[in-house]
Amino acid sequence: MSGDHIHAEPTSFWKKHVFSVDHKVIAKQFMWFGLLWLLIGGLMAMMIRWQLANPGMPVPLLGNLLFSRTDGVIDPATYNMLFTMHGTIMIFLGLTPILIGAFGNWCIPLMIGARDMIFPLLNMLSFWTVVLGGLVGLYSMFVPLGATEAGWTGYPTLSTTVGTQGSGETLWALAVFLIGLSSIMGGINYITTIIRLRAPGMGWMDMPLTIWGMLFTAVLNVLFLPVIGSAMLLLIMDRVFGTTFFVPASIMSGASGGDPILYQHLFWIFGHPEVYILILPAWGLVSDLLSFFARKPAFGYKVTVGAMFAVTLLSAVVYGHHMFTTGLSAMLGESFMLLTMIISVPGEILFFNWLHTIWRGSLRLTSAMLFSMGVIFVFGLGGLTGLYLATISTDIFLHDTYFVVGHFHLTMAASSLFGAFAAIYFFFPKMFGRMMSERLGKIHFWTTIIPLTVVFCTMFISGYGGMPRRYYDHTSASYLAPLQHLNVITTTAAFILGAAQLIFAWNFVRSRWWGAKAPDNPWEVGTLDWTTPTPVPHYNFKEIPVVHTGPHEFSHPKLGDRDWISQTDKLPA
Amino acid sequence: MSTAHSTTADSAIDTSHDHEAEECPHFGQATGGKIAMWMFIAQDGMSFGGLLLAYGILRITSADWPIPAEILGIHLTAIATFLLICSSLSMVMAVDGAKQQNKAKTVRWLLVTILGGFSFLGIQAYEYTHLVGEGITFTTSTWKGQPINNLFGSTFYAVTGFHGLHVTAGVIYLLCIFKGAMAGKYTQGGISYSHVELVGLFWHFVDLVWILVFTLIYLL
Repeated sequence: MSGDHIHAEPTSFWKKHVFSVDHKVIAKQFMWFGLLWLLIGGLMAMMIRWQLANPGMPVPLLGNLLFSRTDGVIDPATYNMLFTMHGTIMIFLGLTPILIGAFGNWCIPLMIGARDMIFPLLNMLSFWTVVLGGLVGLYSMFVPLGATEAGWTGYPTLSTTVGTQGSGETLWALAVFLIGLSSIMGGINYITTIIRLRAPGMGWMDMPLTIWGMLFTAVLNVLFLPVIGSAMLLLIMDRVFGTTFFVPASIMSGASGGDPILYQHLFWIFGHPEVYILILPAWGLVSDLLSFFARKPAFGYKVTVGAMFAVTLLSAVVYGHHMFTTGLSAMLGESFMLLTMIISVPGEILFFNWLHTIWRGSLRLTSAMLFSMGVIFVFGLGGLTGLYLATISTDIFLHDTYFVVGHFHLTMAASSLFGAFAAIYFFFPKMFGRMMSERLGKIHFWTTIIPLTVVFCTMFISGYGGMPRRYYDHTSASYLAPLQHLNVITTTAAFILGAAQLIFAWNFVRSRWWGAKAPDNPWEVGTLDWTTPTPVPHYNFKEIPVVHTGPHEFSHPKLGDRDWISQTDKLPA
Repeated sequence: MSTAHSTTADSAIDTSHDHEAEECPHFGQATGGKIAMWMFIAQDGMSFGGLLLAYGILRITSADWPIPAEILGIHLTAIATFLLICSSLSMVMAVDGAKQQNKAKTVRWLLVTILGGFSFLGIQAYEYTHLVGEGITFTTSTWKGQPINNLFGSTFYAVTGFHGLHVTAGVIYLLCIFKGAMAGKYTQGGISYSHVELVGLFWHFVDLVWILVFTLIYLL
């Protein structure tokens, strides 16, 4: 056991770049993997939006290539597959690998002053398990009858063989199971590394807030992914062996049956913490970045940690608010409503702390800072609209409308994505040794946040107007036809949003190979990762650093003309 | 970075703080392996939690759930439960032997634990074949020629099968540790015993879960 995490630098190509146990290489692998899937999931979103604004019209450019059988038109079954796989891919294969896989792996050892994760082999296994899960998910789209059409939540009876006959749904469940397995392995590794390998002098309250975010996410991963794992196993058994865990008796010929609502319980026991699994790393990163670029200490560090801890705890006991319309008992419903409302208290504390961190700071409006402030903005919009969905009386009206779609995209999708963008702009110089273009970064920011706000805020209006989600063609219902112009606005903004991501892709690829060489500490921050040389050597730290100060000691009066201090330095007496 | 340079750099790395310090007050006493095993147990507990929750809801909400003891029988499984609990005791003795750096004691009690695991699995295999013969299968359940709630068999095999897989994994894990113990790897003093302790943690967890499973599936 002792010294397991120290390993010699590999020399062969395969061990160095492919089957590497080095956390930095694995972080980059997760990053490329996640970006690739974000691209696929993003293209699916574009196709969904095309269909909603122009029902039954052939998809331009890609249509004849992808849907040649229907002359480029997205047929209803394909539409179902698109929104199902869009959700699954974005959550499990896009955002999770980038936020948790890439930045968890990159930040944890470097920010706590360790040479690697405590279990490097487990780390590698975690990456290749998610690759396997991704391949199974990809394959599921090419089997007879195609990918699953049951929605990313996979509710029975749609997800049982009664609703989806093809093997696409079985493979989907297997893919989710494998990806969950990967996250559990990662989570155990992250927690153990953070507990065991902090550099001497780094107490719990000296850790960057990024690490706190990763720690809480890892805890939620370890505790709640197993629950969806059991649900997926039971679903696979229903589909493969013909058991009836989730198949109700009413749709079977006389035999005794199971309970589809049971699946919803198991799914949301995991599903609600999953929202926080995605947002906590972004919150942690943003809490640090706001302080770094406001050149002020993070306001209320311990309170921020406490608020994130409270959110972690509460996230486990609010899942019932996804099921208000399933015939949940009124008493249970009210309890879940109350608990859900309580989450807004630590949420508000985080907002208060973030705003106070940047209040009267010497703001440096880099791309990373802009995206960090973007997280506050989009999460604010998403969080406030969440109150309407947490309240039973309004939720019954808004349930399964575009209001919900707008809400969860702003909270868990856009906020996490903005967190990921902020982290990419911030850590890119250390990861790849080159600077990203700030000019393109700022264009990317403005061309992202404006159309994104339009896309999801329009959804609030159409959802409030009664437009249901997951419909193939809203114009087919006469009462929805007057709302169709909102779909056109959403789609137009979504295409601008999609096109803006090409700026990011170009910036990323160009900077990766042709960007300006990055100095060791371009942002002038004090956390341990920026004390390493660029590019970071195989062993990270030549000597394990000794920590003397907190992670956000900016503009300390004792520092004189310099406004920052490294965590390895002592404050002047 | 050239190879020659990286070699010199590597040899110059200071590793004095980089190992799992046994007595370092800053880190406390738990090894990384022990923390990770507890985390693993936590997640595994949640997996069983998911399955047992499903079992509970399906059973409570169905009107025609048979009385388990009548179909499954208690006596044979009670013997298996007793054997499993005894193997937990022998596991404690094995960890104790490793801590005392007593190789013979460690190896002897590990062997007893492995035998306990094997006999549990043997009884479970006998029970499964017997039940299938009586008409209780994974997808359909009949008892004395009459069809009963199919979910009785489905949940029974899902939960006990998942547990059986854990016992199987535990026995394989124990066999690996047994091999190392024969070579004297875990009785060298210091924290070398920790691998035996880790397999012990897992084994106790598997036993503890069985007591829950036995109570919920057989007794109640």
